[in-house]
Amino acid sequence: MSAGHWRGATALVDTNRIAKFGAFYAAEYRIRNMLKWWQAIVAFGIGNPLLYLTSIGIGVGSLIDKNTNGAGPDGVKYLAFIAPALLATAALQGTMEEVTFPVVHGFDWRKVFFAMHAAGLTGKQVAQGVIISAITRSVFTVSVYWAILWAFDAFSSPSALWLIPIEIYFGACFAAVMMAVSAYMKEDDGWFAIIGRFVIAPMFLFSGTFYALSTLPLTIRWVGWISPLWHATEIGRYFSYDHPISSTMLLVHFGYMTLLGIAGLLVANRKFALRLAA
Amino acid sequence: MPDDQIVPRLTLVPNPENQTQMIVAQNLTKVYGDFTAVAGIDFTVAKGESFGLLGPNGAGKSTTMRMITATLQRSGGDLTILDKDPDKFGPQIRAHLGVVPQADNLDTELKVHENLYIYGRYFGLSRKYLTKKIDELLAFAQLEDKRNSKVDQLSGGMKRRLTIARALVNEPEVLLLDEPTTGLDPQARHVLWDRLFRLKEQGVTLVITTHYMDEAEQLCDRLIVMDQGKIMAQGSPASLIAEHSSPEVVEVRFGSDRNAAVAERISHIGDRMDVLPDRILIYAQDGEAALAEIISLGQHPVTSLVRRSSLEDVFLRLTGRTLVD
Ligand SMILES: Nc1ncnc2c1ncn2[C@@H]1O[C@H](COP(=O)(O)OP(=O)(O)OP(=O)(O)O)[C@@H](O)[C@H]1O
Ligand SMILES: [Mg+2]
Repeated sequence: MSAGHWRGATALVDTNRIAKFGAFYAAEYRIRNMLKWWQAIVAFGIGNPLLYLTSIGIGVGSLIDKNTNGAGPDGVKYLAFIAPALLATAALQGTMEEVTFPVVHGFDWRKVFFAMHAAGLTGKQVAQGVIISAITRSVFTVSVYWAILWAFDAFSSPSALWLIPIEIYFGACFAAVMMAVSAYMKEDDGWFAIIGRFVIAPMFLFSGTFYALSTLPLTIRWVGWISPLWHATEIGRYFSYDHPISSTMLLVHFGYMTLLGIAGLLVANRKFALRLAA
Repeated sequence: MPDDQIVPRLTLVPNPENQTQMIVAQNLTKVYGDFTAVAGIDFTVAKGESFGLLGPNGAGKSTTMRMITATLQRSGGDLTILDKDPDKFGPQIRAHLGVVPQADNLDTELKVHENLYIYGRYFGLSRKYLTKKIDELLAFAQLEDKRNSKVDQLSGGMKRRLTIARALVNEPEVLLLDEPTTGLDPQARHVLWDRLFRLKEQGVTLVITTHYMDEAEQLCDRLIVMDQGKIMAQGSPASLIAEHSSPEVVEVRFGSDRNAAVAERISHIGDRMDVLPDRILIYAQDGEAALAEIISLGQHPVTSLVRRSSLEDVFLRLTGRTLVD
């Protein structure tokens, strides 16, 4: 290391480039870490749908189909009914996992985010990096899940292909909210457990996943209406078989998720910047 | 104590106007709630200079450091880093600095060379550049044979060297180190000092905080002595000692129950005296002569030591407290 080839950061580092691509540099860190666990990610990405499909889709499904003569909820076989819900669940849950734990990790455990920030990334770019890496993983998870559903003959319409980009998008919108929530968390303040038990779990239970939401009494049905999973599932059913949705409701589903995503990003951007500069 | 010695404004080492100023702080202030951590300090760091912030725990060193690395927003005053205001150009400034924080934030899951690579990527540096640079940096940090080790497996001194190497990946205009050697054993500290000295010789601008006066004396051309968020003195180590202390110090111990009584009897000796619980310090032009005078008065210390005056003495003089407790 001699002074000879010391060019100096001003000549070496292009700050305009960082301003443009900083979010991807932040994502690169996380994606590299993910790649270290690729076997686990692949195994889980394939094992998870197989497990659900054989147990619920086929096991429970054959029971229900027998009792309903193959015209279960929504008038389709049970596997077709729950396939979009399973895919939506995988998309939302998978993306969520990539923004909750890694965010706490980035702020608290090893302070990775502080290193990124000290190097010139903004709080906003660090937050965007988290979302980008979460989406990267979800592209894989959702595609694999979709392919397995397709192999099990769970879709009756070719428009089901739309589910891949849509569920990835809905997953990202939901993840933005969860990222904002995670930015307020401290490593061991127990909030994760509380949110998991009282927000996430009910949301996954009362979103019309395993049965139509309309079978629930109105007193709990609202849980489904605000639940991102219900919106993601409804859209999923629309595209994978002839589940009727008015164009107004289509807009509502997309609008609701998009608004959640924007709100999540705005809150997260702000909180990331504040925490990194405190 | 005359006023001008409490808050000296003049530096004895010239900091010429025509030199490029890398950092200019005027009345720099940081307030947390109603607690003032940094209370309006003024200093400049010139290009190529090695500048120190010396002070005890809680003096406000890290707070100052974080403000001048553009990672903590100031509450007041003016601050220019690399000719820019960090409130407006934080990311641009940070991209051109090298930062070694007080607590290492290496990624312990990644290998040594991966830590350097990924940090370089935050600056958008190319794979080609980084491949070559990482070899250089590992050699510089004497970590070549740890290249593929996990960070977890490194000693404290090695981690510190890796953090410094990491901070150099973008060839920073200023390298800022917050307590680079705290917690290291003497051997590891000397290795680190040697590395920092090389950088200094190459003309890298350094800013170092420390509460070790020997570290400040070794590494800093110029420093500020901080206490309770204020600057107590500034100048080169030699000029600070010349200004605030006598050339030599005699340390004598008479046993803790006798120190105070003896102190009264020998108080006329030397330029000045400090009575600490365990020893008496006598500041003198000639230490040996002062010690001889004490003994000629019939006072025989249990132990005695004549040494050159240090920044520790300057600090004690300015604040009435020792630097490291
Ligand atoms: N985020 C914060 N909120 C409130 N007070 C703070 C915060 N950070 C630092 N302080 C206080 O500001 C003062 C200066 O802290 P700072 O970390 O700058 O000291 P320091 O000189 O670096 O000390 P040390 O040698 O222990 O590292 C301390 O009294 C500290 O408690
Ligand atoms: Mg500190």
